[in-house]
Amino acid sequence: MTVLDKELNLTVSSSPHIRFLEDTKSIMLDVIIALLPALAVATYMFGIRALILTAVTCAACVFFEWGYRKLLKKTNDIGDLSAVVTGILLACCLPVSTPLWIAVTGAFFSIIIVKQLFGGIGKNFMNPALAGRAFLFSWPVVMSTWVSPLSYDSFFTLNMADAVTTATPMGSLHVASLPENLTLMQSFFGQVGGSMGEISAFALIVGGLYLLARRVITPIIPLSFLLSVAVVTYVFPRGNDNLQWMLWNLLSGGLMLGAIFMATDYSTSPVTIKGQIIFGVGCGLLTVFIRYFGAYPESVSYSILIMNACVWLIDKVSFPKRFGEKSGGIKKAKEADAK
Amino acid sequence: MSGSFFGGIHPDDGKKMSEHSEIENLPAPEQVVIPMSLHVGTPCEPLVKPGDTVFLGQKIGEAKGAISAPIHSSVSGVVAAVEPRLHPNGKQVMSVVILNDGKDATEPNSDAQTDKAARDPKALADIIREAGIVGMGGAAFPTHFKISSGIGKADTLIINGAECEPFITADHRIMLESPDEVLSGIRYLTAAMELNKAILAIEANKKNAIALLKKKIGQEKDIEIRVLKTRYPQGAEKQLIQAVTGRLVPPGGLPADIGCAVFNVYTAWSVHRAVEQGIPAIDRIVTVSGPAIADPKNLRVRVGTPVSDLIEAAGGFNGTPLKVLMGGPMMGVALFDISVPVIKATNAILAMGDESEKSVKDPKCIRCGRCVNVCPMHLLPVYMYISEQNDDMQMLDKLNLTDCMECGSCAYVCPGRLHLVSSFRTAKVKLNKFKADRTKQS
Ligand code: SF4
Ligand code: SF4
Repeated sequence: MTVLDKELNLTVSSSPHIRFLEDTKSIMLDVIIALLPALAVATYMFGIRALILTAVTCAACVFFEWGYRKLLKKTNDIGDLSAVVTGILLACCLPVSTPLWIAVTGAFFSIIIVKQLFGGIGKNFMNPALAGRAFLFSWPVVMSTWVSPLSYDSFFTLNMADAVTTATPMGSLHVASLPENLTLMQSFFGQVGGSMGEISAFALIVGGLYLLARRVITPIIPLSFLLSVAVVTYVFPRGNDNLQWMLWNLLSGGLMLGAIFMATDYSTSPVTIKGQIIFGVGCGLLTVFIRYFGAYPESVSYSILIMNACVWLIDKVSFPKRFGEKSGGIKKAKEADAK
Repeated sequence: MSGSFFGGIHPDDGKKMSEHSEIENLPAPEQVVIPMSLHVGTPCEPLVKPGDTVFLGQKIGEAKGAISAPIHSSVSGVVAAVEPRLHPNGKQVMSVVILNDGKDATEPNSDAQTDKAARDPKALADIIREAGIVGMGGAAFPTHFKISSGIGKADTLIINGAECEPFITADHRIMLESPDEVLSGIRYLTAAMELNKAILAIEANKKNAIALLKKKIGQEKDIEIRVLKTRYPQGAEKQLIQAVTGRLVPPGGLPADIGCAVFNVYTAWSVHRAVEQGIPAIDRIVTVSGPAIADPKNLRVRVGTPVSDLIEAAGGFNGTPLKVLMGGPMMGVALFDISVPVIKATNAILAMGDESEKSVKDPKCIRCGRCVNVCPMHLLPVYMYISEQNDDMQMLDKLNLTDCMECGSCAYVCPGRLHLVSSFRTAKVKLNKFKADRTKQS
């Protein structure tokens, strides 16, 4: 026994004994990276204030998560970066002119009430960022004050005097008319008023493609969501040109951010493919329904939140078929062989 | 390319470490410890007592019951003890300890079945049973029982050369180094099953073996090579059948229920040797590899050799291993004592460093659904886990927990690093108890 005489301290634990590289932290980091294009556009359109707002919501989210778990003597989770993701997403759905203290209040609601009170990561049933935003509609004026893009005097100061209720594409669509003085291209690239992270469909799609390439998300929820919105708006264009109406609907408001980043949130979406299709289509139909008949122009957040609340039910009805059950296995296979 | 199955994973296969090393003979040790349980099913009854002289290949354990296979001595020498010893499964199991006299003396009057014409199914099944051949891919299910329970029902014979577990190259090497013997064994198995054709299924990553075997088969129509996608768990029986035939083994059913029989390539090789040379299952090919092994190798090892001998033959450890595994990294067993013996189904000894495990202090499910997407049995591991944590037996039953084959795909991909498989093992025990209690009450 030459090589084996030293004491071995072998670990005995259950198989499997190897694991894939990807972990929660790397996934969250990918989501953060995927949100960078949208943040860059927001900063370009609205100035440095967009970054300040994001930094504040992130810091607040991380702080609340840390503080809550510390206070209750639970394991420290901030290393998984999920609070940072919530912070960025929350900032993305706020108008750039939102007072910082209101943003911090939103972060509190997102992290403490929606996420931690239900047990923390993976256990919350509503999307924290969206629920935080919904909560902030307690300040309706703040939440619908839109700064026009590229209107800043200096990159470093936000001209709050300009922060008036600028018309947004969503505002026009809500009253069944196509936006005036705006082109689809402007909307696609984000030169419109709106929540700071929602304005550029282009930036969000780039981020989405990154997430797909990294396999952080699958295309099922975004596609079924977007497609159902596309189909319904195309078929019922509310008196407008079908194609124009459909494209404006796809590119406006929170749809891209919602379909790519919010509806795909793991904790609050179904786990089976069948369930994800039901979920995506449900989000899409509700979005159009609320846009057409609701009191507020904002519809994507509410649609997703409503579908979030149905996930347990969807998961229940979308049980996968048991392996080998009633397959008629041999008969069918034999017939196939015979051919 | 063949069909496919749902789910599965593509782990880094690590086979490069050993796939080019030729099989080497590991000299028989001074002492072998042969457990009387080398297969799935009823353990054997020892036929020898301390002080007895045994020959190489002499039967020392008699099969009991239908699902059992006899056990033979892997050396010649003197029986030193018949007593419980530590088995790789972590339990004390009745074992025969034999001191090797180094002569490898065989029984003088052994009438080796060298009648090559013996293709009578009955005779073949008898030889296979008497040779103690069991499923050599890891499951160790007695081969003769598979044959007898499959005859007449099975219309498709599949030989499993998938070898989908990372690191393991034992089957790959036997196909490369003894292609004629493997093919001959397959033909004997075909005859034993009263069929006239077999499908040899190999994962696409073993190109050289595929090419060689195709050349050897030539124009013959009785063996068809089917190239499978390289994906874990391609070699799992149900997934293999699904990929090759499109048929699904029903819940709780057997391959024979849907007309299939599956044997491993090394099993086929063993059948060839048993029929033509009368040598029973006394040794096997073991891949000794893993990141913490200095010089990875494929070794021919006598059953009953201590695992530590194999590690030594492969240059010992490279650094300090975290775990030593018997079997592959996905389904193998972690050993706490490396003096345990090699058994018939041992296809690999792997030493893993701590970087493979990636364990975290506080595993948390983030509901990402990856486990659902990879489960080849169409299960919902995330919900099975939650139900186990909540002791929700009804739900576990509804989630078809018993279908879980513990392949580990779900745990492999889990970004929350949950110990899913270990949770399911616990859950199965709980569920069994729950069901038993329920029947008692009613
Ligand atoms: S893979 Fe892990 S983290 Fe993801 S849903 Fe399954 S158990 Fe949860
Ligand atoms: S271990 Fe069980 S639950 Fe997990 S993937 Fe394999 S069969 Fe499915």
